[in-house]
Amino acid sequence: MAAGNASMEKNAVWILAEQSAGHIKTTGFELLARGRGLADSLGVPLVAVVLGCRLAEQELDLLIRHGADRVMAVEHERLEYFLPEPYTNVLHALVREHAPQILIAAATTEGRTLMPSLAVRCHAGLTADCTALAIEAATGQLVQTRPAIGGNIMASIKSPDHRPQMATVRPHSERPLARDATRTGSILRIAMTDESLLGSGIRRIALHHETGSGAAIQDAEIVVAGGRGCKKAEHFGLIAELASLLDAGLGASRDAVDLGWTGYPHQVGLSGKTISPKLYIAAGISGSIQHLAGIKTSERIVAINTDPEAQIFKIADFGIVGSLHEIIPRLTKRLRELGVEGGRHAEQ
Amino acid sequence: MQIIVPIKQVPETADVAMDPVSGTMIREGLRAVVNPLDLYAIETALMLKESAGARITVLSMGPPAAAKALREALAMGCDEAVLVTDGRFAGSDTWATSYILSETIRHLGGADLVICGERAVDGDTGQVGPGIAAWLGIPFATFVSRLDAPAGSTLRAERLIEEGREEIEMDLPGLATVVKEIAVPRLPTLAGKKGARRAAIRSIGADELALDPGMIGLKGSPTRVIRIESPKITRSGTILKPQGEEELEHAVESLARYIADCAWNTISVPAAGAS
Repeated sequence: MAAGNASMEKNAVWILAEQSAGHIKTTGFELLARGRGLADSLGVPLVAVVLGCRLAEQELDLLIRHGADRVMAVEHERLEYFLPEPYTNVLHALVREHAPQILIAAATTEGRTLMPSLAVRCHAGLTADCTALAIEAATGQLVQTRPAIGGNIMASIKSPDHRPQMATVRPHSERPLARDATRTGSILRIAMTDESLLGSGIRRIALHHETGSGAAIQDAEIVVAGGRGCKKAEHFGLIAELASLLDAGLGASRDAVDLGWTGYPHQVGLSGKTISPKLYIAAGISGSIQHLAGIKTSERIVAINTDPEAQIFKIADFGIVGSLHEIIPRLTKRLRELGVEGGRHAEQ
Repeated sequence: MQIIVPIKQVPETADVAMDPVSGTMIREGLRAVVNPLDLYAIETALMLKESAGARITVLSMGPPAAAKALREALAMGCDEAVLVTDGRFAGSDTWATSYILSETIRHLGGADLVICGERAVDGDTGQVGPGIAAWLGIPFATFVSRLDAPAGSTLRAERLIEEGREEIEMDLPGLATVVKEIAVPRLPTLAGKKGARRAAIRSIGADELALDPGMIGLKGSPTRVIRIESPKITRSGTILKPQGEEELEHAVESLARYIADCAWNTISVPAAGAS
């Protein structure tokens, strides 16, 4: 390992910030918001750890602006993008050296790949996909709360005897702190010199970026979905138009996908995607248990259906019993008039 | 090529009904099934067997009843089934489970490729696959949506990540966890079911594996569940039932304002770079 580590305190709270092409991803700021509360409860520093190469000072500084006391940036060409073995090896070495008491990462594809292998190497307890993290006052231990059995139960978990206490946290489940220009903190850059840690049995051949694909519905803050009640493919277009206005993800029930109105990446439910948006609008969807399993942790659910007995109304926060063919066009028009474009009110 | 597919037997959660009084899921009397996401791992192995020739061993850690899941896998076309069962495994978390499974894989002589489902639908963690790879010290690829037949000692695969599709090359032996997009799992054939009913399932316990007793079961698990709650999933929302054009207009107005309120509150703090 390289020199310059003297200033890193032990027993800190660490968050793992992800970067893509040198830009810190939003999940890093969300984790800092979580970590800030934990670090303050424990009276220890909050450290943002990021692996990459050629990381710009202003990017690292953003982590301080959003709540970090320290930033530890580990750089090497072979850390440019995420690969399981180099990232696991480097983090394992850092954890051994600096002994954080808590290490949290986002439950992204990267986090959900890296953290389990790191937990095995560190002999640490790892709780996946947490929706809540808190310090237990009596013991100072981290209590990790997460859904299980398809969201049917909420489990609270601790790792009493192993350190660090590791957890992955759902993206978008916490808002980043406001950027604070007055915050102070230190940035520690480590040039990775131990090349034995950087070997990888996996090589990236190519990355095909995909924009606006159905895969995005899992990250969308608003999802508008249509079901069999649309009756025809062209009426499903009404759903797409509303989704577009709200800059929302486009979802579909299994029926709508089976009928060919949209593709499988848009399917929401047990055999499709499980989503947890801030707002879920279901039109022409009756709400089978399989569908509800995919959406029930949404913050707010809106339902439109002609059948007053439809199951979807049992878990809706707001619903209208009526025809989506009449309601959606009127709704879209009214939202446009109210200036709701791209999911936010048009600025005055 | 030797392929090992670890699978799990889980309660059938798809058929769950809602208790109208408590608003929670009724979990009693559920059937035990192969973890649905493991069917995609089995199918991936079977496709490789067809295209490149392979011997598939399906393996499960669980109570004796888990033999049922193993027979389903045999009925789909897997060649051999191994049940890893021991009362001392009870209460194992993902750390202990991945230790037990990796030792079993070692005991069976290893594999060129270990294929796992993305996660189990009861535990929902997705941690065991990467954990096994860490114990075995082999490379691993997660969220795999395409797995090509090996070319020599490497294979090509595609991963679905937030940015898009990542094309990778992995050294073998290696491990892959696969997503639903990879294939449609086949149904067992009648002949397959017959053969599965008669097949001998090898049963292995902790002693045969020479496991460290401090690393298995509840005692060997770094995590502890301290509380379980059943969240109420029903909500008491506002449901409008407009009669006639005027009431419909009012209803749409209320909904538009409700949505606008939600939309305004979803504005994220702007940050540099992609999210």
